[in-house]
Amino acid sequence: MIQKLVWENVRFRPIRTLLSILLIAVPVTLILTLIGLSRGFLDDSMKRSSGVGADVLFRPPGSSLMTFSGAPLPEKLVELLAKEPHVTLATGVVNQPIGGFDTITGIETASFNRMSGGFRFSEGGPLARPDDILIDEYYAAQRKTKVGRKINVMNRDWNVVGIVEPGKLAHLFVDIHVLQDLTGSTAKLSQVYLKLDDPANTDAVVAELKQKFDSYPVYSMKELASFYSVDQIPLLKNFINVILGIGVVIGFAVVSLSMYMAVLQRTREIGILKSLGATKGFVMGLILAEAFALGLGGTIAGILLSFVTRWAMHVVAPASLPQAIVTTWWPIAGAVAMGAALLGALYPGMMAVRQDPIEALAYE
Amino acid sequence: MSSIIHLHNLRKVYRTGRVDVEALRGVNLEVPKGEFLSIVGPSGSGKSTLFHIVGGLTPPTGGEVFVAGENLAEIGDAGRTRLRRTHVSFVFQKFNLLPNITARDNIRTALFIAGLPLDTWSDEFRNVLELLGIAGRLDHKPSEMSGGEQQRVAIARALATHPEIILADEPTGNLDSKNSIAVLELLRDLNQRLGQTILMITHNPEAAMFGHRIVHMRDGEIVETSRGTPR
Repeated sequence: MIQKLVWENVRFRPIRTLLSILLIAVPVTLILTLIGLSRGFLDDSMKRSSGVGADVLFRPPGSSLMTFSGAPLPEKLVELLAKEPHVTLATGVVNQPIGGFDTITGIETASFNRMSGGFRFSEGGPLARPDDILIDEYYAAQRKTKVGRKINVMNRDWNVVGIVEPGKLAHLFVDIHVLQDLTGSTAKLSQVYLKLDDPANTDAVVAELKQKFDSYPVYSMKELASFYSVDQIPLLKNFINVILGIGVVIGFAVVSLSMYMAVLQRTREIGILKSLGATKGFVMGLILAEAFALGLGGTIAGILLSFVTRWAMHVVAPASLPQAIVTTWWPIAGAVAMGAALLGALYPGMMAVRQDPIEALAYE
Repeated sequence: MSSIIHLHNLRKVYRTGRVDVEALRGVNLEVPKGEFLSIVGPSGSGKSTLFHIVGGLTPPTGGEVFVAGENLAEIGDAGRTRLRRTHVSFVFQKFNLLPNITARDNIRTALFIAGLPLDTWSDEFRNVLELLGIAGRLDHKPSEMSGGEQQRVAIARALATHPEIILADEPTGNLDSKNSIAVLELLRDLNQRLGQTILMITHNPEAAMFGHRIVHMRDGEIVETSRGTPR
């Protein structure tokens, strides 16, 4: 019967119900979009790192996985590392941020191709001249460009000579020496990838390199994958917590206001229920059940809207903002919305419980 | 004491701003079980306050109030809620049906609150629905019904939980004369068939005559008691 009363109440005022659900959906969508973007970005980065085909990554001292600024490693390290036991191939790259989430990557084409198996061109061909640039399909779609056109990156016009399948380290590739010159880091690298004779030797090689190059972070690609998680990035984690907090506040305020209005609108009905002998618990239960229904509706709408934001971002910026659908966060975002909705319903619920039945019945 | 309602020196004082208003000034009344009692009087005479106290909607300020064996001066809010759930039902001038749900669900809501089975209606109650002429209208919402039909649904809802006392506040106040007579005759029939005690507030002297007894109130006191002309 409670379900029936709640259902008929939410159905009886469809505009109020719809608006409440949409407003509760906002923080759910916010949370899921943020988490989806973080996860999508990290998954995409991991996938592209794995696409290099290396077994070990060698990075500069004090470097962070999420930042690619500067190229402090000496280029001669590539030769040195290539001579290490079990290392069959070493290739160095330069990464340079170009704004937003984008970076441009300088590669030594021959060794990079040997390690990664080479680019698959959907259009055009490899780098040949200093002003040539390769872009992946996502970037081409995002910038609506194609082979033969010019794009301006780092205040320089580049000729798009090839569009490649995505998934190999970066979205934009240029010759490593050109990028080194442009960034004032001649003969310097951002990181070095190593290919081993047998992946089974990875741990031994990593241990050996860590011992030999004391202050240099050395990761197996498997280990690297575990770093690509939200928990490993303190700032992102804090940001998510802030968004969760905002979600609770918005959900609380929306439901509180909505239920406050509902209680006012339904003063007479509450009086009727009290005249029938409804207890305080029954009246409070009815208000909370309605808040629960609105919270549930808001959660479902929020989840659906997160698919819409993913679609929108894929259309607008497929190369920069990949958004994953993180189903494991649905219950968390739902709990935030439901918790906020129930909290928001408490005060209006108390109002309803305290209503004098005689005044409520006289309410017009 | 065979009275189902016993009032002795009942007082009720309302505070309006800084002013105390004495709505009931020492009312004494005995209502035997099964009586159909009409309460008449001008506005402000205290009849609605008496109705609200007997129905457990508000506590008395002083005096003795026993309703269905419960001492309303002592039982508190939870006790008065229990009284409304188990011993007393209301029929209001404005029908007071829940507008969002059907007539059937209005009745089921009362049953649900009283903790009774929702759908296993007794033959006696089904007969009452037939008598009320709403058996075929139960799946309509109040907005789809006439005033007379809504009031008959309100009466059915009041009877569904088999209360010992029915309190009717101007039950014909919003009805035309034809529907008024129909509702009053129904109340009188139900009183005779089911033996429920009925207290009915009315402004209408003709309506009041349907009761066994008529209590006249003025300025918070009972000033006269006369006999009605029940069939």
